[in-house]
Amino acid sequence: MNVRLRRLWGMIRKESLQILRDPSSISIAFVMPVMLLLLFGYGVSLDAKNIPLGIVIEQPDTAAQSLAGAFDRSEFFLPQRFAAIQEARQALAERRIDGILWLRNDFSGRLLSGGEAPMGVFVNGVDSNQANITKGYIQGTWLAWLQHFAAARGQTLDLPVSMEQRVWFNPALSSHLFLVPGLIAIIMTMIGSLLTAMVVAREWERGTMEALMVTPLHMGEMLIGKLIPYFVLGMGGMLLSVAMALFLFDVPLRGPVWLLMLCSALFMLVSLAIGLLISIVTRNQFLAGQVALVVSFLPSFLLSGFLFDIHSMPAWVQAVTYLVPARYFVAILQTLFLAGPVWPVVLLNAGAMLLMLLIFAVLVVKKSYKRLD
Amino acid sequence: MNFLHIFALARKEFLALMRDKRSRIIIIVPPIVQLFIFGFAATYDLNDVPVAVYNEDSGGASRELLARIEGSPHFSILHKISSDAEISTLIDTRKVLLVIRPGQRFSADLQRGSPASLQLIIDGRNSNTAMIALNYLRNVVLDFNGEWQREHGQTGPPVKLEMRAWYNENLQSQWFVVPGIVGSLMLVVTLLVTALSVAREREQGTFDQLLVTPLRPVEILVGKAAPGIVIGLLEATLIIVLMVWFFDIPLRGSIPALYLGILLFLVATVGVGLMISSICVTQQQAILGAFLFIVPAVILSGFTTPIANMPEFVQWLTYLDPLRYFLVIVRGVTLEGDGFVLLLHQFWPMAIIGAVTLVLAGWLFRHRMY
Repeated sequence: MNVRLRRLWGMIRKESLQILRDPSSISIAFVMPVMLLLLFGYGVSLDAKNIPLGIVIEQPDTAAQSLAGAFDRSEFFLPQRFAAIQEARQALAERRIDGILWLRNDFSGRLLSGGEAPMGVFVNGVDSNQANITKGYIQGTWLAWLQHFAAARGQTLDLPVSMEQRVWFNPALSSHLFLVPGLIAIIMTMIGSLLTAMVVAREWERGTMEALMVTPLHMGEMLIGKLIPYFVLGMGGMLLSVAMALFLFDVPLRGPVWLLMLCSALFMLVSLAIGLLISIVTRNQFLAGQVALVVSFLPSFLLSGFLFDIHSMPAWVQAVTYLVPARYFVAILQTLFLAGPVWPVVLLNAGAMLLMLLIFAVLVVKKSYKRLD
Repeated sequence: MNFLHIFALARKEFLALMRDKRSRIIIIVPPIVQLFIFGFAATYDLNDVPVAVYNEDSGGASRELLARIEGSPHFSILHKISSDAEISTLIDTRKVLLVIRPGQRFSADLQRGSPASLQLIIDGRNSNTAMIALNYLRNVVLDFNGEWQREHGQTGPPVKLEMRAWYNENLQSQWFVVPGIVGSLMLVVTLLVTALSVAREREQGTFDQLLVTPLRPVEILVGKAAPGIVIGLLEATLIIVLMVWFFDIPLRGSIPALYLGILLFLVATVGVGLMISSICVTQQQAILGAFLFIVPAVILSGFTTPIANMPEFVQWLTYLDPLRYFLVIVRGVTLEGDGFVLLLHQFWPMAIIGAVTLVLAGWLFRHRMY
């Protein structure tokens, strides 16, 4: 073997042993991804069901009971009866129920005399997203009951305009189909930026970087030798996530596998470059950990479109999201998994990642000459 | 307990943390930057959803409905298309989220009184966004229906839905998310500060020296816990002031109850941090260990996704998470106007978590040798 390759191999071997011997890096690389995938695949869900709903019927007659019955039968609600509105309000304040359905004592009278009978609904608005979803379900149940009520009296309920909706790519609108692919970006950021930044910063902090500097290793060999084990680790995390997504959570993969691999490798390189840059700039584990958390992990969670819609953010925050590499990768992931190879989306986002890679690589090389201070 | 001992140790801990200018900056600046960026970014509300219209109807009714959709702040009509093929191009490339297609006979059907169909094709890649957009659109259509029936002398539905939201009357995402960010930021800062405190001394070998000083383990524990709690209290105050002044989040409940919650939450967090710190041998392990706790703690706390939607087994796990209780307290005091009584069941679990983790940490000080 030629000398250069042997030097490089030695460096790779040392880095790999360092990863394998420290329980904390093993847990970040393997335990954490599995935990995140299980949490997001099984645990976390935006799809509300069994919403605890208080029902107050002041005059329990047939019409009121029939309307309340529609809520009893719905899979979305877990109704509880209250005798008076004050009791229901108290239960809402104590967070025992999330909403109240209130049928006042003139409900049936106004309904049967052909007037408009009011059905009062109060929802706890603290969690505004859930409150909106709850309102949607209540509207749906109400419309279904209206139709049923009209049919029972031999009439049809004709709404002037009826909506026919077709949802593409995820017809059942289940949230784990979009959360699990996006998670791959987060897992790779964690390994590429956070773990790498910490481990390399430790080398500076402990002074072993200086020991490495007096060896015949070139800076380039040192960087490549450090990066290869983490690249392998990150791609391993990605393969594990893809396998779990496909076989455990039944997420479809509608794009070609090679394209997914290629884009993932590109994203991994960007993450690694960011991790290296952080460690070189901070040269301190505490700082490197904090900075990696703030500039790479949290943004990939909140500013990438993984959970929150980028389009609805204020313009200046949208401008910030262009600096988050996970933004481009999440767009590719959601498209490749659910929609298929839509070339304009893939090429545009991959091009943006390539540009970021070049910029960060130049910065890393510029900052990382052999130097003591 | 000798308070002089504790004071001396706490002072030394502060100096270790604050002596370095970059550490000082990292404790203060990032949380504030995060509060601002995430306070604006983390929203489920949709504005200006890009929409394309494929209108095959020539009547006035469809134009009126489309004008209503355009007039809503949630939607903006970017494209008018005239063929099926364009639908998939626009949706596949994410140029639009939604294509609205009134049928050819839309206006004619409406005039005749038979149901007019409005076809919607929506990108489901982000299912939550899709569901919210459909909800907004349903409201526009329901309003249109109501008005059409009134104008044309038809009877409306016999039961009228009157919906109102309490506590967050306009259902603004920001009111829900920003108090959650307060809790998450406190968790991150306090946990990292305390998780490093013992591990740093272990790595440098000074912890053994500390153990042979006249300081008793209880005094070491209190001295090590003090900086985290003081920094946490100051940080919490700063963030809450910004939350109320800048984000206009109301503070309707009892402030003493909020501060009792903050104190108990900090004790619980510091306990967890010290426990992680006394298990770990190096700083790297401590930071990654803290991270291994922070990520699931934030996900399981109900910060962005409701606990009620989780499977029962996972819901049981959330009872171990101090952030879960604290978020109820912050949101309860800010939005719901709660006082001590309604929050009682959030206080004591945090006290128990704090007591258990602190006792374990103190025990580990002496019994974890390596």
